[in-house]
Amino acid sequence: MATTTVTVQAGHSTAGQAGRRVWRAVRRNRKAATGGVLLLLFCLIALFPGVIAKDSPTAEIYPKNLGPSAAHLFGTTGLGQDMFAQAVWGTRQVLIIAIGAGLLATAIAAVVGVTAAYLGGTWDGVLNLLTDVLLVIPLFPLLIVISAYVQNSGTGVLIAVLAFTGWSYTARQLRSQALSLRNRDFLEAARVRGERPLYIIAVEILPTMISLLLAAFLTNALYAILFASSLQFVGLGDPNATSWGTMLYWAENNEALQAGYYLQAIIPGACIALLGTAFALLNYAFDEVGNPALRPVRKIRSKRVQSASS
Amino acid sequence: MPDDPGTELLRAEHLTRHFKIGGMTSRQTLHAVDDVNFSIGQREIVALAGESGSGKSTTARLLARIYKPTAGEIFYEGKPLTRLRSRRDRLRYSGQVPMVFQDPFSSMNPVFKVSHGVLRSLKLHRPELSARQRLDEAARVFEVVGLDAEMLQRFPYELSGGQRQRVGFAQALVTRPKLILADEPVSMLDVSIRIGLLNLMSKLRDEEGVSILYITHDIASARYVADRLIVMYAGQIAESGPIEEVLASPKHPYTQLLLSAVPDPRAPLGVAAEADQGEPPKVIDPAPGCRFRWRCPLAIDTCERVTPVLTELVPGHAAACHVAQTGAEVKAFS
Amino acid sequence: MSSPPVPEPVLEVSGLSVEYVLDRGSVRAVDDVSFTVGRGEFLGIVGESGCGKSTLLFAVAQLLAPPARVDGGSVRFKGTSLVGLTDKQLAATRWRDLSVVMQSAMNALNPVMSIGAQFKDVMQAHGVKRGDEIVARSAEVLRMVGIDPAHLRSYPHQLSGGMRQRAMIAMAMLFTPELVIMDEPTSALDVVAQRSLMVQIKELQEAYGFAVIFVTHDMSLISHFSDRLMVMYAGQVSELGATKTIFDKPRHPYTQGLLEAFPSIHGPRVPLKGIPGNPPNLALIPNGCRFHPRCPQVMDRCREEAPGLIDVHGTLARCLLYDAGAARNSAAQPTGGRTDA
Repeated sequence: MATTTVTVQAGHSTAGQAGRRVWRAVRRNRKAATGGVLLLLFCLIALFPGVIAKDSPTAEIYPKNLGPSAAHLFGTTGLGQDMFAQAVWGTRQVLIIAIGAGLLATAIAAVVGVTAAYLGGTWDGVLNLLTDVLLVIPLFPLLIVISAYVQNSGTGVLIAVLAFTGWSYTARQLRSQALSLRNRDFLEAARVRGERPLYIIAVEILPTMISLLLAAFLTNALYAILFASSLQFVGLGDPNATSWGTMLYWAENNEALQAGYYLQAIIPGACIALLGTAFALLNYAFDEVGNPALRPVRKIRSKRVQSASS
Repeated sequence: MPDDPGTELLRAEHLTRHFKIGGMTSRQTLHAVDDVNFSIGQREIVALAGESGSGKSTTARLLARIYKPTAGEIFYEGKPLTRLRSRRDRLRYSGQVPMVFQDPFSSMNPVFKVSHGVLRSLKLHRPELSARQRLDEAARVFEVVGLDAEMLQRFPYELSGGQRQRVGFAQALVTRPKLILADEPVSMLDVSIRIGLLNLMSKLRDEEGVSILYITHDIASARYVADRLIVMYAGQIAESGPIEEVLASPKHPYTQLLLSAVPDPRAPLGVAAEADQGEPPKVIDPAPGCRFRWRCPLAIDTCERVTPVLTELVPGHAAACHVAQTGAEVKAFS
Repeated sequence: MSSPPVPEPVLEVSGLSVEYVLDRGSVRAVDDVSFTVGRGEFLGIVGESGCGKSTLLFAVAQLLAPPARVDGGSVRFKGTSLVGLTDKQLAATRWRDLSVVMQSAMNALNPVMSIGAQFKDVMQAHGVKRGDEIVARSAEVLRMVGIDPAHLRSYPHQLSGGMRQRAMIAMAMLFTPELVIMDEPTSALDVVAQRSLMVQIKELQEAYGFAVIFVTHDMSLISHFSDRLMVMYAGQVSELGATKTIFDKPRHPYTQGLLEAFPSIHGPRVPLKGIPGNPPNLALIPNGCRFHPRCPQVMDRCREEAPGLIDVHGTLARCLLYDAGAARNSAAQPTGGRTDA
């Protein structure tokens, strides 16, 4: 039992309360706040690309391989496209993939992880085996093989492939937390009063794991961006789509680096890195929410207590 | 009295529960509960007392059907629990024999309002009620346990430990139970709050006609509320009987040791047993014989070879001790 | 008081206050606490959760970490002030003269080191270099607490709960300190193990003459072992005096309530009432006497005036019932104020 009742609130609270705490944690933690602002920026760009970039991203009408200038903020590609427009319009696809694959992977991870923890026994063993196998297989070669096999390079398929290969890491984390919850009395109480297992998982367990689920989502979204761009880079995406990964693909195709047009590789690379960083930084807030011991404690200037004062 | 089958609610016969321990290749079994026999009647509070590892919590979980018995049988209203096949039967049993848990800080889901458990219980066990009736019933049981009906709208973190435990009782009461299994319901509460909960338990027996199996390690609180006492040691029952009688003349040496160790500011603490540095044994693959023999100053030859059986020495008062069963006076610890 | 006069107290705590600095403002967990501990004396500190006793202990042992800090007052150990010293300066006193036994041995003992290795760690940290000296002393302290020295090779999880706690006490005895501070060392133990541990502590104390500060919530247990007793409520001392006197004639209504909340296995079975209400939230302390919302003998004054510690025949009690001024106030009739929880 807590020996000090100084804090009025206990560890967890409702979804609304969790939301408010997340918001506060993000605001207070400088890293997370930076990540949040970055992500917001990218979302705005994805929502209103036309407002920011006036040129068409696909029109190959400009002079090729130009450096940055007032007319072309990031220069032009080897095919004569405006890179600024490409970067701006490409944000949309990247974010869709990140959020879509992130959500789907988290959903799968939650189902597998929590069910394994809750059911225990042989089911736990089977699901763990599945998780571990996927964890051990090198993901990128697996992705390449699957993408090449599937051949359809639409965004939906890409999201599905990413989600179904990438859920295993966060499944482990979610299973661990569900295991620690498993023997909490309120779950046993639910069992004893006669609730069905599916109800217990969906209604009693998952809502208490909201912070971790959000953190898992961020991890999966980050993973999705990196691997999606990598797939597009090796040519397994739709080469006519407007995306940062395809920008890299075309840069490679046009031998931009060998020719000295570094910007054509740096720009998409920097965009990917920035968005990835945004997700990674946001994750810091969840470390704190999950583990209050990590919260930054303001250094207190200890009063010099005079030994004469008694 | 519980021996009258007419008023008997629940009976455990040769109840046994073993756990496999160690790794996958180990063949060791932990004998958590071994050949336990007792019964609980209507309108009575039975205290099941023992140290940790004595098997009392496991026994409660066997009665709550959280564990299945390795051997033996539990009869509720004369019918064996193994015959509860359909979901409806099992639901009916869990409504009539609900459980109250020990830890007020983890017995309620922190994400939901305090009314959640109560309303869910109502939905599952009394489906004939409408939503409005459910709310009314929830308010009614809250008043019975001494809480304001408006607390239904609060969250667990807003309630104190004592209030949360009352909610636990409310959750149990709402299904109109016959027997409540209370697993150390006051152990984690402050001393000044415990009495309130103990008084509530007495009130439930007297006014609501509910029986309670009160599991505890605190003999003094057991005496305060219970009608009968069952003392467990190392997975077996050492002694059982009407509580005043067991406390006035304990027949099993372990009961005597336990009673001598209970601190009571109004009486001097026994120091005769200061030599006793023993601990209850971990019962792994035990050989026959009395499990208390290593700590018992009265152990005789039979105690090493034959496991004592719980036998009635005086009507209603039984002990599992060879020495006591010979009729000799047992005075092991003063 | 029946205890013989003591020359110089081992510990003098004066007006100690500890606050927790939180976002929404500070909370005082310990408010102006003063007491002394004489040589070889056993002082019990009793209170329920949230009363500040553990915080007080940590403050005395100089183990407070942010956001907690000492906000006022002093702690003098054998005449030297401890507050404000750096870790390096404290190292000389720590463990050699003053040691601490924590609440849960499993939390305090390193699970991946054997008992002997942990004892060695402690001794080397305090300058004992010779291996044979270390082993000899380790075996000696284990024998002192009734554990076979062969267990020096054991790991904490291999020992039972009671043995672990005794190993903790042995560790605290390595340098036979003058003061041992114990924070609820028996709360995780069963009643039989509890009793044998307490007897052990008392025997050691009588043999080696060290003082003990024992923090617990179990008043009935401590009653048999402590010389003096300090009852805490809401961060303050509510009663302080000889144990026997307090048990025979408790002065403060809170102490009276506490004593009546213990059902007994002796004597007739009587219905008990406990203390209505809940301990206060330290962030929202009531005006006047902190206990007044729950006090069966509350007077009008109590709601406004915060009592100081008043000497009542040798026992200190923080209650206006004993304030000489009460005689002046003819309107001071007890108005029962009971709230239910």
